[in-house]
Amino acid sequence: MSGRVQLILGGALSAVFLLAAALSLVWVPHDVAALNIADRLRPPGGAYLLGTDQFGRDMLSMLMVGARSSIAVALVAVGIGMGVGVPLGLLAAANRSGWLDEVVMRMNDLIFAFPALVIAILITAVLGPSALNAILAIGIFNIPVFARVTRGAALSLWTLDYILAARVAGKGRARISVEHILPNIASLLIVQGSIQFSLGILAEAGLSYVGLGAQPPTPSWGRMLAEAQTMIYTHPLLAVLPGLAIVLMVLGLNLMGDGLRDALDPRLRRVAR
Amino acid sequence: MIAVQGLSVAIGGTPLLRGVSFGIDRGQILGLVGESGSGKSMTALAIMGLLPPGAHAAGRVVLDGTDLLGLSEPQMCDMRGRQIGMIFQEPMTALNPVQSIGDQVAETLVIHRAATRSEALRAARRRLDRVGLPEGRFPLGRFPHELSGGQRQRVCIAMAIALRPQLLIADEPTTALDVTTQARILDLLKGLVEEERMGLLLITHDLAVVAGMADRLAVMRAGEIVEQGPVADVLRERRHPYTRALVEASAHHPGADLRPTDRPLLQVAGAVRDYPQPRLRLFARPAPFRAVDEVSFEVRRGESVGLVGESGCGKSTLTRAILGLEPLQGGEIRLDGQAVSAGQRMQASLRRKMNVVFQDPYGSFNPRHRVARLIAEPFHLTGRPVDADARVAEALVSVGLTPEDRHKFIHEFSGGQRQRIAIARALITRPELIVLDEAVSALDVRVRAQILDLLADLRARLGLSYLFISHDLHVVRAITDRVLVMQAGRIVEQGPTEKVLRAPEHPYTKELLAAAPVLEVPP
Repeated sequence: MSGRVQLILGGALSAVFLLAAALSLVWVPHDVAALNIADRLRPPGGAYLLGTDQFGRDMLSMLMVGARSSIAVALVAVGIGMGVGVPLGLLAAANRSGWLDEVVMRMNDLIFAFPALVIAILITAVLGPSALNAILAIGIFNIPVFARVTRGAALSLWTLDYILAARVAGKGRARISVEHILPNIASLLIVQGSIQFSLGILAEAGLSYVGLGAQPPTPSWGRMLAEAQTMIYTHPLLAVLPGLAIVLMVLGLNLMGDGLRDALDPRLRRVAR
Repeated sequence: MIAVQGLSVAIGGTPLLRGVSFGIDRGQILGLVGESGSGKSMTALAIMGLLPPGAHAAGRVVLDGTDLLGLSEPQMCDMRGRQIGMIFQEPMTALNPVQSIGDQVAETLVIHRAATRSEALRAARRRLDRVGLPEGRFPLGRFPHELSGGQRQRVCIAMAIALRPQLLIADEPTTALDVTTQARILDLLKGLVEEERMGLLLITHDLAVVAGMADRLAVMRAGEIVEQGPVADVLRERRHPYTRALVEASAHHPGADLRPTDRPLLQVAGAVRDYPQPRLRLFARPAPFRAVDEVSFEVRRGESVGLVGESGCGKSTLTRAILGLEPLQGGEIRLDGQAVSAGQRMQASLRRKMNVVFQDPYGSFNPRHRVARLIAEPFHLTGRPVDADARVAEALVSVGLTPEDRHKFIHEFSGGQRQRIAIARALITRPELIVLDEAVSALDVRVRAQILDLLADLRARLGLSYLFISHDLHVVRAITDRVLVMQAGRIVEQGPTEKVLRAPEHPYTKELLAAAPVLEVPP
């Protein structure tokens, strides 16, 4: 699949969910907090486009609001990871083999040594389950990922002649990092960002599946899955719909990341021509 | 033995090779010469059946009566290695770093089921002995990173000749090597061709290499062979204008006669640079490696000084120390009377007085910035002057480009144009000393001649001083007044360029001169 097709397909998939999430801020077909036992377990069609769950809540509305919390959690978590991890990685690469490099990378090793989801469960268990704590837990584990990727890519750039030329021009390490290194690893970070974004969505779904994410009555994809579990043989659609939402969102983000990398890099553009 | 007849290659309708025809007999060497992009390597890949995806080949490549272009991929796999061997330019990347050299040489034999593993290893041993890597110092278990560039190229040659192929293709086999190593590798290839009765297709950009090696010479331009024949005839008659231009460019000498002043600009006195060595044992700290050892010299205003030596002799380290990028452990470097305080933050006013042009025209620029921003980078030192745009335009014009080029990205330029941009960047702060670190080594001969002219012209107009670092004695002769010869961190000989190159005194200088291929052009 060419980069262009990937970008369009992935962008379209992601855009559908982003739009649905944005729309849910101002309008949803039905109130997701209102229980309507009379309309419980309706099949798709009629007033309820995707049917209703066992409490008579509209599935479409719940998926839309669920997209909102999934995206918000993953986005902020990636933001934390990038915002802290990338500067740390740049710093470590600029002071290669110095004590700063050692400290940053050993801290990374420390975080890496813990299984991410278990710690996330621990954090939410200690601080209490909430969307905010889920963000924090997922965000912290994004930091070493971005620091590693940034440092690795930056180290190979530091040996290039144009970095040497910039040093001859008297530029300091911080300035070179921002002006020369960062733009040249941006495409890598975007790809990594989209991967971490999709992992974040998976992690959020996992946490809310075990009840440690966004709390009721706020709907979330993970909890919708958990609640549908008991009815999976009688009403499979209740589990299939949130599951499908997670799969398509993650797929869309990954395709978009790959496509973006091809589109953003002027060197790859030239080869394609 | 092999005959290429009317070989044409096109990618997506764009022709890359047009009607290429030549033949090589057993024990014969054909030199294929041309500039980058002329289709030399494409010819080799077409013969090997290794064209990039999307490329389509037409014509005939006949090896012993079989048309190679008509063979299927499995049949071609059988040919490669068995009938045709190939050596690449870059010995650093042509070997797998995690396999021992014995395994890599034996692999060819095992793949072609010519031998069992133990037999293959014995054969690999014989091959390595033959290419000058004797058992005592180079057991089969050695890994590529334990070898020097020349030794790795020998391993590549041993791999290529493991099955005694009829045809050996060598694509720029010595371009990445030092002159003395180059001479030894060329000797080895020549000996192998005679002994094994192989045909050798020697692809190179260097006419001097071909002149000393090949029986026949084919000159290639833009996908076509413009002239071919016995080497001596082609070089003597030079019927095609392109051959003439190539030969002239190879022997180019910018004819400027400049008188340097007596005032010193750069003074290096007793410079010492040590690198700590890794610990081999827990408590014994090994003596540091001395990369630059008590080096002293001077560059006067308006003077062009050459610094010659092979890789690892310390010339790059010395350059970095002069540029204030690495600290010294002893001695001092003064520019215009002021000490270069390496390692610490240097005064901008001092830094402004020197700049540098690097070897690789592709790695010297941030690919994400436009030319105007690339050239203006050294303004960081002086603060951006009000007439910055005008000065960028002026710098571009002075290196032979147009002011409009400043809106382009670097990948829109050729190697020679990039090197011009690198010079423009070095000129922008109006420095007094420019360090040229192998600045023309990666360029084609005709482009190199143009850049040398440009450098001579800029020096005459702006009164610049050059420190010209190179391994190529010919280029040094063309552009410098004085030359320093460096070996193992020390300067072993220095003096006026003509005198040193004509009557060298130090044995190392003599060795360098003897190894450098010479292009004797009959008038």
